[in-house]
Amino acid sequence: MSALAMTRPRTLLLILAVLSIVVLAGSIRYGAIDFSLTDIYAALRSLVGGPDPTLDQRIFLELRLPRAILCLLVGAALGVGGTLMQALFRNPIVEPGLVGTSSGAALGSALFFVLGGVLDIGMSIWSLPIAACIGGIIATYLVFLLARSREDGRASIVMLLLTGLAINALALSAIGFLTYIARDPQARSITFWSLGTLSGANWKSVAIVAVSTIGGTLLALRYAKQLNALMIGEEEAVYLGVNVNRLKWIILSVNVVIVAVATAFTGVISFVGLIVPHILRMLLGADNRNLIIGSALMGAIILSLADLIARFSLRPAELPIGIVTSAVGVPVFIYLLRRRQYVF
Amino acid sequence: MLEARDITFSVGRRELLSGVSATFDAGKLHLIIGPNGAGKSTLIKQLARLTRPQVGSVLYEGQDVAGLGEAALARKRAVLSQAIEVAFPLSVREVVMMGRYPHFGGSPGPTDHKLVDELMDLVDVTEFAARNYQTLSGGERQRVNFARVLAQVWPSEHETSDFPRCRYLFLDEPLTFLDIHHQIDFMKKLRDFASATDAVTVGVVHDLNLAARFADRLYMIKDGRIIAAGEPHEVLTGELIREVFSVEPQFVRTTDGMHMIFG
Repeated sequence: MSALAMTRPRTLLLILAVLSIVVLAGSIRYGAIDFSLTDIYAALRSLVGGPDPTLDQRIFLELRLPRAILCLLVGAALGVGGTLMQALFRNPIVEPGLVGTSSGAALGSALFFVLGGVLDIGMSIWSLPIAACIGGIIATYLVFLLARSREDGRASIVMLLLTGLAINALALSAIGFLTYIARDPQARSITFWSLGTLSGANWKSVAIVAVSTIGGTLLALRYAKQLNALMIGEEEAVYLGVNVNRLKWIILSVNVVIVAVATAFTGVISFVGLIVPHILRMLLGADNRNLIIGSALMGAIILSLADLIARFSLRPAELPIGIVTSAVGVPVFIYLLRRRQYVF
Repeated sequence: MLEARDITFSVGRRELLSGVSATFDAGKLHLIIGPNGAGKSTLIKQLARLTRPQVGSVLYEGQDVAGLGEAALARKRAVLSQAIEVAFPLSVREVVMMGRYPHFGGSPGPTDHKLVDELMDLVDVTEFAARNYQTLSGGERQRVNFARVLAQVWPSEHETSDFPRCRYLFLDEPLTFLDIHHQIDFMKKLRDFASATDAVTVGVVHDLNLAARFADRLYMIKDGRIIAAGEPHEVLTGELIREVFSVEPQFVRTTDGMHMIFG
């Protein structure tokens, strides 16, 4: 039994790692244009001193490759964010998109584009992700503050979902207003913010999202055991030596940062953080040490598949990726809500 | 040795404990009895440092617990609470292994696995080691958590006798979901644990007959104060039971000792 428990998660994680490479390969080859393996090889060789790339190969290097990698990173961020939120609130129905983090981050980014244009401020490459983090932190904090019960100070899940709904609506209408007054063409696209897209990917966004996602995931991994202890209750976690208040603060911060930075470059992509941990718990069990790594890999795989669908369904035009993730995610969400196993 | 020194603890304007002082010895089983709302669970939480007193102090081996770090405390003190719910599907074995969390860094070692196996055997849950904790009955869950807290304060092999470290086990109404067989079995194992490992063991129970039979020392609490403390025959007198519990006890002597019937 113990041998089984030891080897099975490792095998599954290995399979997920291999799958994410396969999906990455598919994702760089197919899309608005399909690239042949020779093109891909020649394009990659041009980076290390090979002959100069052709126009097609430049498109591959400057659009397709960063998009595919950004997609992996954002998927990983959303998957890990979902796992962390669920572990923290001891409930499988929470995810960053539902408690205001994503829409708050989107509002922060939209504000940055509008005010940045008007006031001509803060043009460092970190300004946009920082604006997104501030928006995400304010919205998430507001949701938890408003959802808290007056009697015992605890946030019930029903209250969290309802308050999250209200804050999401508020943030999205504020974004709607900003898109009317915006001069920046990117900020003017409301579908970008509310439904998400990876079409704006470039190497700069890849680098920034890589730092926050990989750094945040590694930090969260250090607290996986403490998050496990939280599964049997806050008091019990204290008895097992966990500083619960500090743990909550760290995990919530990691979650907001990785999700907000991803959202700054892709808009709001909902339900990935809900589906991924749910599937993984069935495959791997509830141990957060496996879940955090697994949800990074599976988040990357699922978002890459969703992006492939988004690119293929209306070729050569494309669907906003959020439509694809919602189409899959909403039924899963309703299924989880209807299940009696979880207490609210 | 564990010592509570003049503990006063209030929540809002309600004083839940008023000047409680008591000592608890290593290797002995101490049981706290008293009516509902008397402050039994509150006292357990104070002794285990979940909450801290406004006045007074709790001392482990003469050292104030207020100064101990969380991790260090978790290696020598475990608490069995009432009705533990697990948020996600978790195997029985994983729940018991949590007791070892304060003792290993990354992954459990062979000694941790061995101890967990032995303790699951001890409390009779080995047959459902792989089952989802959420599907167990209240009594089965209680036994699993008993194994978990024992795993947390079990002396490890590399500790030598010239470096003895006192351990503390607290239990808040551990018998609630157990049938009569498992109640008696539980109390026997608890008493054996206390004397074999020289741990300070303090529990809250409601059944006065079980308390009389298993306790080395009894503490009778009412309205946040210790009314009486001592050996069972000193505490369980007709007069005190009448005063504290408002029931009329009758004492019946049988072949295996004194029993109480309440009218």
